[in-house]
Amino acid sequence: MLKPYIPGIGNTIPRADAQAKVTGAEKYAADYYGDDLLWAGVKRAGIPHGLIREVRTEKAKKLPGVISVLTGKDVPGTNRQGIVHKDQPVLADSKVRHSGDAVALVVAKDKETLRKAVSLIEIDIEPLPGIFGIDDALNPDLPAVHEEHATGNILLKATVASGDATAAFSECDVVLEETFTVPVQAHAFLETENGIAWQEPDENIVMIVSTQAPFRDRFEISHALGIPMNRIRIIGPYLGGGFGGKDGATVQCLLALAAMHVPGRRIKMWWSREENIIAGYKRHAARMHYRLGAAADGTLKALQCRLYYDTGAYAHLGAEVMALGMEHAGGPYRIPHTLIEGWCLYTNNPIAGAMRGFGVVQVSFAFERMMNMLADRLQIDPLELRIKNALRRGDKNCAGVVITQSTGIAACLKEIEQHPLWRERSVWKSAAGPFKKRGVGLAAVFNAMGYGRGLPDSAIAKVELTEDSRIRVYNGVSDMGQGNATAFFQIAGQILCQENTAIELIGPDTARTLPSGSASASRTTYTYGNALIKACEQLRQKLIGMASLMLLADTTQDLELLPGRVCHLTSGKEVSLKQLASMMSEQDRICTSQFIMPVVRGVPDTGKEFSIGFPHLLFSHAAHLAYVEVDELTGTIEVKQYLAATEAGRIINPQSFEQQVQGAIAQGIGYALSEQVILKEGNILNPNFATYIIPTACDIPEITSQPVEDYEPSGPYGMKGVGEVGTNGPLPAIANAVSDACGINPAQSPLTAAYVLECSGQKDAPFTGGNI
Amino acid sequence: MKISFTLNGKKTEIDVAPDRRVVDVLREDLGLTGTKEGCGAGECGACTILTDGETRLSCLMLAAQLEGLNIITVEGLAVDGRLHPLQQAFVERGAVQCGFCTPGMLLAGVALLKKNPDPSHEEIREGLSGNLCRCTGYQKIIDAVQAAAGNLYGKETP
Repeated sequence: MLKPYIPGIGNTIPRADAQAKVTGAEKYAADYYGDDLLWAGVKRAGIPHGLIREVRTEKAKKLPGVISVLTGKDVPGTNRQGIVHKDQPVLADSKVRHSGDAVALVVAKDKETLRKAVSLIEIDIEPLPGIFGIDDALNPDLPAVHEEHATGNILLKATVASGDATAAFSECDVVLEETFTVPVQAHAFLETENGIAWQEPDENIVMIVSTQAPFRDRFEISHALGIPMNRIRIIGPYLGGGFGGKDGATVQCLLALAAMHVPGRRIKMWWSREENIIAGYKRHAARMHYRLGAAADGTLKALQCRLYYDTGAYAHLGAEVMALGMEHAGGPYRIPHTLIEGWCLYTNNPIAGAMRGFGVVQVSFAFERMMNMLADRLQIDPLELRIKNALRRGDKNCAGVVITQSTGIAACLKEIEQHPLWRERSVWKSAAGPFKKRGVGLAAVFNAMGYGRGLPDSAIAKVELTEDSRIRVYNGVSDMGQGNATAFFQIAGQILCQENTAIELIGPDTARTLPSGSASASRTTYTYGNALIKACEQLRQKLIGMASLMLLADTTQDLELLPGRVCHLTSGKEVSLKQLASMMSEQDRICTSQFIMPVVRGVPDTGKEFSIGFPHLLFSHAAHLAYVEVDELTGTIEVKQYLAATEAGRIINPQSFEQQVQGAIAQGIGYALSEQVILKEGNILNPNFATYIIPTACDIPEITSQPVEDYEPSGPYGMKGVGEVGTNGPLPAIANAVSDACGINPAQSPLTAAYVLECSGQKDAPFTGGNI
Repeated sequence: MKISFTLNGKKTEIDVAPDRRVVDVLREDLGLTGTKEGCGAGECGACTILTDGETRLSCLMLAAQLEGLNIITVEGLAVDGRLHPLQQAFVERGAVQCGFCTPGMLLAGVALLKKNPDPSHEEIREGLSGNLCRCTGYQKIIDAVQAAAGNLYGKETP
């Protein structure tokens, strides 16, 4: 056991949640059952596009043990959910728009009865021609997924521009063009979507749910089902992973609907893995046309791109995902002239929404491949080319926004330049064994933080000195595994100087904690942390003020808050926190404070189509280096070594920082090498872990993380969010390394063995796996 | 059907349908929710338990198969509130993020160290390759197993 310690800033302290998680004591939403439990589940459309003629539920209703079978007709309220656009039915009423659409909801006495009842429901659907990809969505002759949407299957068309790209191309010494495609990626968190809900005798609904946005869930349920918000309580325990996939309603409205129909009973819904892959949110597939112009010395001059994001059947955050992609389309570089056009498209494919690296992962691949192609063409070292063009404070980024905050991309690239893995790359490459080719690849990436303009990125922290003199932090923003709760523990310890055993964390609960936004956008620790600093400072002042009265001190300057007590340093007199607590009313022992993330002040005259989420003020940065070995005979790629230099301001907890870097890179390696949701006319062909391949311990190399600290004045103790930036690097770094090894130019992912052979001109090569 | 087995050191008798999945017996009937379920199809390893010291996937086992076995779940690793050295290493080395794979990883790690008290990094990777983790990139888990191997070397493990 660890000795008690005072958690502080900048130290590696064990995560606040680690002990309970290693003993199996931590209760996730999935771990709640309860007496007399009922199970709820959903009948899904199974057809990607069509009009519902009839939903036949009689057989299911007659099955013994079935409590309730509900369809779209039984949904009160608007029957529509969605974070920005309310376009997704809780239960499809007249039309189905993707195979995973929920059409009927069943409540049954146990899982087996539920499974049988769901299989007894028959849906009669008149099929419509499907919109199965970007070209279909752009074809005005095909039917609209949402008839009411004014611009048909174009959810949003937008333009981000700076300077005069069209004119600038004519002055470039070199102009390169390429088209890139990336497939749908699944979050593959281990705890699938689930929750438990019940309706109290006073008709209030209580729900324990695996969610990244407990406060927004309340709004979604209220809107969709017509229940007043103050009658819904959402409790959000630690999540078994989220990565964006639990940002947005999954089981929430369905469970609330079930609870309303079967009052007083606890009702549990837990999606199967197959259901998670079919009906859960996904990363957007994208097609990206790039044209990049530069001077002969490598100075970037002009960028033109057309980006197409397939958002699937419902908007979710599709337009915002695309907005962030467009804002990052030119990489962390100075490019004076840009014209970036984007189309976010409705299709009958699975719903695409938020996922770590939110729209940026896609463009990072495209732009970093362009940079390598440029380096090749101009015979310039790819690292030198990147350093030469790297953004600095005061430069304009590709959206025309002047960068005013900490910007460490050049420092990250220089960190790589100094590292033995970069310096010794030639030796390593030349030592390749027979039938092996080795290559190294770079990527320079960045990722914005926060919601951007148009929506206040706010958190409200609450901290209490309890009656028994403990410090209790009420945290309203979910910890899905990223470790923000531990950072809050450290902040409270730092300011209030109490030992770890005297600090407790209360997790998200709309009845106990205060609205603090979603766990997303690399914002969690930054926004809530800033609010918590203010709340803790207030509590500290208050305790010292109270102590000065009790100790008859002339001035509060001589008083110090220490573990369990306040000490008058000049006289040595002390008063315990217990005594102080006993003198204070409950209200007096609580401090709350709100923080709102600053936004870009000079708004560029572009991207006007985005109502929210553009542009951003703060970015984290990273430079990655991948060592890969390619088997010449099979085309199989092995990543042998990986180096990441990451700048995300100052570091609050080096271990948590490294966890985020390594974990994000592992997800990126999966995206680069094997992950691909395979679609056939809107249906997913690989909805399980036997066929949707995420990396195992054997697939991820040693990942070296080199922190490159900078200071972000607006951040809590100078920090910025580090959750996402690492995901953006692996695909381009590995693709560039494969290019280096084999002399090919990968333009799509994943980089399967079959694709590598195809690029190498061995089109009749035997199929070699990695893809199905 | 009455089934008798040893669960985390305690003689246990239950009366359940013989075809009930062991993961449901543990989680729903016995309240041991430390054992997780991530896929229900033997692909992710989150539901790993030890049966007579061997790793087994409790989502693929039926209750009748428990008869006479010695079962260890994550709840049985710590003794009298003292963490198992591998649990301690997971805490200290940052091997825990969301924690949903952690119980299965720990049991896979314990079984590995019992068979091979001084594994190389490659042997650890191989030994844990049946357990998926989506948060860590595995490195800190591998480091933790290696660190625990140092502490456990030559000692009896459960």
